[in-house]
Amino acid sequence: MNEVRAGVFICHCGTNIGGFLDVPELIEYASRLPSVVFTMDNKYTCSEVGLAEIRDGIAKNKLNRVVVASCTPRTHEPLFRSTCKDAGLNPYLFQFVNIRDQCSWVHMKDRERATEKAKALIRMGVARAVLLEPLEETEVEVNPYALVIGGGIAGMTCALSLANRGFEVKLVEKEDQLGGTLNNLYRLYPTDEEASKLVQAKSEELKKNAKIEILTSSKVKEVKGFVGNYDVTVRHGDEDRLFKAGVIIVATGAETLKPVDIYSYDGEHVVTQIELEGKLRQGKLTDKDTVVMIQCVDSRNEKRPYCSKVCCLTALKNAMLIKETNPDAQVFVLYRDMVTQGTKYEDYYGKARETGITFIKYSPERQPVVEKGLVKVFDELLGEELALPCDLVVLSTPIVAHKDSEDLAKLLKVPVDENGFFLEAHVKLRPVDFATDGIYLCGSAHWPANIGESVSQAYGAASRASIPMSVGHVKTEPLIPVIDEDRCSGCSLCELTCPFKAIQLEETEEGRKAKVIAASCKGCGACGAGCPQKAITMQHFTDEQLLAQIVPLTEVKP
Amino acid sequence: MERKTKAALVIGGGIAGIQAALDLGDMGIEVHLIEKKPSIGGRMAQLDKTFPTNDCSICILSPKLADCFRHPNITLHTLSEVKGVTGQRGDFTVKLRKYARFVDEEKCVNCGDCAAKCPVKVPDEFDLKLRKREAVYPYYLQGVPAVMTIDRENCLYLTRGVCKICEKFCTREAINFEQKDTDVTLDVGAIIVATGFDPYDPSGIPEYGYKRYRNVITSLEYERLICASGPTGGHLLRPSDDKPAAKLAFVQCVGSRDLKNNRYCSTVCCMHATKEAMLAYEHNPRVKSYIFYMDLRAAGKGFQEYVSRGEQEYSISYIRGRVAKITEDHNESPIVWYEETQSSKTEKLTADLAVLATSLMPRRDVEELGKVLGVELDEYNFFKTDPLNPLDTTRPGIFVCGCCREPTDIPKSVTQASGAAERAAETMMR
Repeated sequence: MNEVRAGVFICHCGTNIGGFLDVPELIEYASRLPSVVFTMDNKYTCSEVGLAEIRDGIAKNKLNRVVVASCTPRTHEPLFRSTCKDAGLNPYLFQFVNIRDQCSWVHMKDRERATEKAKALIRMGVARAVLLEPLEETEVEVNPYALVIGGGIAGMTCALSLANRGFEVKLVEKEDQLGGTLNNLYRLYPTDEEASKLVQAKSEELKKNAKIEILTSSKVKEVKGFVGNYDVTVRHGDEDRLFKAGVIIVATGAETLKPVDIYSYDGEHVVTQIELEGKLRQGKLTDKDTVVMIQCVDSRNEKRPYCSKVCCLTALKNAMLIKETNPDAQVFVLYRDMVTQGTKYEDYYGKARETGITFIKYSPERQPVVEKGLVKVFDELLGEELALPCDLVVLSTPIVAHKDSEDLAKLLKVPVDENGFFLEAHVKLRPVDFATDGIYLCGSAHWPANIGESVSQAYGAASRASIPMSVGHVKTEPLIPVIDEDRCSGCSLCELTCPFKAIQLEETEEGRKAKVIAASCKGCGACGAGCPQKAITMQHFTDEQLLAQIVPLTEVKP
Repeated sequence: MERKTKAALVIGGGIAGIQAALDLGDMGIEVHLIEKKPSIGGRMAQLDKTFPTNDCSICILSPKLADCFRHPNITLHTLSEVKGVTGQRGDFTVKLRKYARFVDEEKCVNCGDCAAKCPVKVPDEFDLKLRKREAVYPYYLQGVPAVMTIDRENCLYLTRGVCKICEKFCTREAINFEQKDTDVTLDVGAIIVATGFDPYDPSGIPEYGYKRYRNVITSLEYERLICASGPTGGHLLRPSDDKPAAKLAFVQCVGSRDLKNNRYCSTVCCMHATKEAMLAYEHNPRVKSYIFYMDLRAAGKGFQEYVSRGEQEYSISYIRGRVAKITEDHNESPIVWYEETQSSKTEKLTADLAVLATSLMPRRDVEELGKVLGVELDEYNFFKTDPLNPLDTTRPGIFVCGCCREPTDIPKSVTQASGAAERAAETMMR
């Protein structure tokens, strides 16, 4: 290769970096580093102006390496890489140095030493950049077939939408009928529509759609492959069905916590909201004159810190339904905070109060006590202990992750959070994607969601899943291992280590050898680190490149 | 494979509109993204950090702005407004008014030489009038497109026919006073509305003393004050005396859950108040915050845990009680009067700064847009939707996402945006 000509761009990030590090000094320092032929500081390197400055810098100075010292590759590396590409430079000749998170943010009060640290990081970045090599992305075909796992409102909505877009869909439901949680509900807030009618309408629409195949009483048994090219095995009764899928949508929902040893729960005098729905549907509540509902049961505590959000509204709806069937009934709702958010539910809460339902605030430090035919509660607002005689106690228990969602997570190699719900790629900006390409998420499998939210998420997941199918192919990053077959002994350690099923051992004339499935590989490097034969080289993170980066750190500062 | 579909129109260039446009563009559908302001970014660009992870807002938004700008299927129309919509689902004709920027977008490099010479000083809208800007200005530093704009209301040449000093000093000859407003007609198959919100003006509650007391500010003003690229460079200083604010009172439900103003709950305020208190503590660990709330609504993924962390690690006290009034002492320090829930006694707390969590409301001009689009608004002027079919407006082929349908946090706005893109793509297949 010709002479290395590196350009270093240093970002002020407004005052995020510029306010805490001496950027002019960094520029001066960078300009003296070996192979650096151009330096520039930018107010915001990531702004259109900054990007144009990178493009101009490459063109005018014939740069063949670009180093940006700014924020984090997590959010900005793709942008800078594609900017290099726009200017005709191979995007893998770009090197990121994070002087915001690693210097200015963590050493805000020590300008001098933070600046020295930034110099060291830039020195290291430039040293690695010199050894970077151009790499090419490859394209993988995407089959335009979707697998939707879960036949509740989220899965049904998602499947229907994708089919309307022209994609073939397989909808897999473990129960013998579609509907999911809706099948346990009576009426839906805030419209009072019957849940069964919604299920019926959606099921009929699905069954009429020629693009959708519904597999009830079925479970996903195995998923092999990668985005665009999944081989799926579904177990139905005694038989296995095999088919291909390009994308997978997880819509497996959640369940309601069944109380154990809480508030004398017995399923008869003390029931859950779901059990109450059953009674309401059967019209069995006319003899219950006093009903006490307790919110946040075994929830928003140390064991289960989160708020399930749907329980306040479920309680309001069921309380009003009780009053509807039995206007003389007295209903008490014992709550900690009423969560009736948005434009549609505050009025619903108001309506419930007008209906004559009594709301009593309790604090987690003084939990209500359920005795036979009696609930004792300390009313926080009144400042008094109350004893409420009652015919029925209803417990609002939280929404919890399905017990088998961890199995599915393992099958798909996607993560779950500390509460067992599936974990999205980015809390704010990628709420229905998994970090793994080709797999998406909607409904209560992600987090407790009401019908409207599940529907929004289902359409959202359909949109995201349709993108690779619409384009017909995906690009895979070349940051993958290369196997030196002469060195590979076929020990299969890498196959076992790989968390993404991206390495398989294959028989060759020279014996068993490891083979990389590029589209599945996430470039984590675990295989390379573990290989006892040193037969694996991670492209873009070669030993030489990493050592070149480390060595300058140990050098005495020039 | 999908057949070639018509273009789609997205109205509003905030995070919701941006995400909807990106999804449609990535599907291979041509998109026109309309923004009334000089740059896209919307409200999210004005926020400092975002809950519940405290990611820097502009840092995670900025790559999306650039993606929109560079996307081969997305055409940005900034300084533009929809003036008419005729036709029906699958076949709309949209009349667009594009206002003159008086700056050539192709030539301007946002160097700021023009602004340095401009003699006009007016309050800056993006920074909520907390600082002054010139009549030729960048909408905000990271804005896209990254070009200057001449403010026709305040430019001396455009109002009085004298000056043109910017033109003289622009070495790129980018200033162009000959630019005219133009009308453009677009044919589209579906429309997504994502026009976002305006904050409630708390002058409507005189008891809180907003605008009368200098140290009573709104949450959005607070976001700008604590933001590194804001008017104080991120130093939380009292507007009255520029002294650091160390004792903060956050007043919740200002204009929300209020029969005299908006009956609804604005959904995001419990969380953003917690975040704002956390940020002040991160800047200065001597900061003590008090959040006055009615019900604590932390109902999203990781939200309740976030509030607990606020309480345990960031010196935040949550006090249940509606604030009755705010007065001030001789130092202009706000005194917050509230009813302590447990004792039912009226208590008071003197703070350095009081922050009003103002209600999220529909854009002030939303009625006009509703008429142009031929869709119904709800009783509060949000775009009307069915709770079980949440992304469809009352007119087939027109969809809605983000805060213009209901106050919504960022994750849900993004989810709805992708969802609205799906509905638009689906409708165009029929």
